Amino acid sequence: MVAPGESHSPESSNTPFDVDRIRRDFPILATQVKGRPLVYLDSAATAQRPQIVIDAVNRFYTAQNANVHRGVHHLSEVATREFDGARVKVQRFLNAAESHEIILTHGVTESINLVANSYGAKFIGAGDEILLTMMEHHSNIVPWQLLAERTGAKVRVIPINERGEVLLDEYEKMLNPRVKIVGVVQISNALGTINPVKQMIELAHRQGIPVLVDGAQAAPHLNVDVQDLDCDFYAFSGHKLCGPTGVGVLYGKTSWLEAMPPFLGGGDMILSVSFEKTTFNSLPYKFEAGTPDIAGVIGLGAAIDYLNQTRLDRIAAYEKDLLDYATAQVGALPGIRLIGTAAEKAGVLSFVIDEIHPHDIGTILDQEGVAIRAGHHCAQPAMKFFGVPATARASFAFYNTRAEVDALVDAITRVKQVFEI
Amino acid sequence: MSETNELYQQVILDHNRKPRNFKVLEQPTREQMGHNPLCGDELTIYLELEGDLIRDITFQGSGCAISKASASMMTVSVKGKTLAEAETLFREFHQMVKGELDPETAPNHLGRLTILAGVREFPARVKCASLAWHTLHAALEGKSDPLLIKE
Repeated sequence: MVAPGESHSPESSNTPFDVDRIRRDFPILATQVKGRPLVYLDSAATAQRPQIVIDAVNRFYTAQNANVHRGVHHLSEVATREFDGARVKVQRFLNAAESHEIILTHGVTESINLVANSYGAKFIGAGDEILLTMMEHHSNIVPWQLLAERTGAKVRVIPINERGEVLLDEYEKMLNPRVKIVGVVQISNALGTINPVKQMIELAHRQGIPVLVDGAQAAPHLNVDVQDLDCDFYAFSGHKLCGPTGVGVLYGKTSWLEAMPPFLGGGDMILSVSFEKTTFNSLPYKFEAGTPDIAGVIGLGAAIDYLNQTRLDRIAAYEKDLLDYATAQVGALPGIRLIGTAAEKAGVLSFVIDEIHPHDIGTILDQEGVAIRAGHHCAQPAMKFFGVPATARASFAFYNTRAEVDALVDAITRVKQVFEI
Repeated sequence: MSETNELYQQVILDHNRKPRNFKVLEQPTREQMGHNPLCGDELTIYLELEGDLIRDITFQGSGCAISKASASMMTVSVKGKTLAEAETLFREFHQMVKGELDPETAPNHLGRLTILAGVREFPARVKCASLAWHTLHAALEGKSDPLLIKE
């Protein structure tokens, strides 16, 4: 994350986590829904933005807007400096060795599609295997299926147990020379499981197999150090991290990125173009065709500043306490079944209630001002494994409170009243 | 009445708990599956037609309370009706849940189906209420995937 001595944090480890002060940084949290204060428990879908992020985007369009890496004029230089500065913030946030290992994309979905298409085109062929866990998000399944269809490669599924944990023994047995990549989600958006990615990477590397980590849910909740993990690729999205939508990151080790062909072709990713031959730009630009979401990237930089200031280790500890409290309170209600009960969990409480469909739960909770997600969470294979079409999912961020968990419990009680169970 | 109570009225909850005509027809004239991939609601409608008449209609499937109750109430209301009458009900029901027809002021044939009018206040749930009706419509039109329709 932040190199030693670079943290601007005024916090010391001993001061209590001041959630009331943090809530004041998020203007949307003052919203009233149907006459009640908003209880926003859907941060796994998208987190809310602190004022500092809104201001950074606003400032860019108000005072700095120009295209990057092109102009010689003042505004273009300002925009380029801000944009490149944000890339360095991402580099430090992930503790990547080089800033050119940070590819700016539109989000995890594009990041994974980039790897599946570019790495896949060069290194994955007929008969090769792609290993994915049973709990992957559709965005870490479908790009690989499309690749498999094109190339004749095979997607194989790493099994999980009834708590929603990867079966490491089975995984180890599946690793073989035909496996050309492993894709694993660090924190499951549907189950909350924190996967032992470091161990999984080490096992894969013993056989020379690269690993892509989907960090969409992990980056906002854990300190991520890509060099310590030794992952080959790491993807996350800005909007789950309190940053803007439409911007995301692909980290890749230099050696892989150098060896991979471009993904999208266009401006900015070339050095020279003629109809006879085009020479591609160096990293990271080789993978960044066209005008990027400049304001979004700058907003992401501001979000990273904010998280650094708040400190992810304190965020993780606070959220763990909140999740433990919610698990105990909601889990104690009769007729509730928790979906995903891994020993290591973060941020997500997925549940079903006997004979009540999650969409009915979601609608009634909304009437009580409690915003949750009801559905399959783009993880249908995981839903099928647990034998449910969908779940109700409350997800927590560091701006949520125990009082909001209590509001959730009251609202669930109301659901049961309506359905008379 | 609160919006929650407006939507989840006793009649609706009752149809959800004890859906009417909730069975497979052994030899249907037509059979049509409907699926809402967004929420996973799935149902199959079985029709026994006699000329222009819906002699019998049943359904099977799983889904939320709104989709199940709506399907149940639909079977009750179209059984014994002509195809043209069922199409009229489909059109009026669709307009009602989309908020384009106010059953209290506009003339209509909806009868007890107006109990589902509350769904218009819940845009995300309109699809749940109309899934069964769209499935019936497709079955009557005979337009959808022929693999799903047995004649």
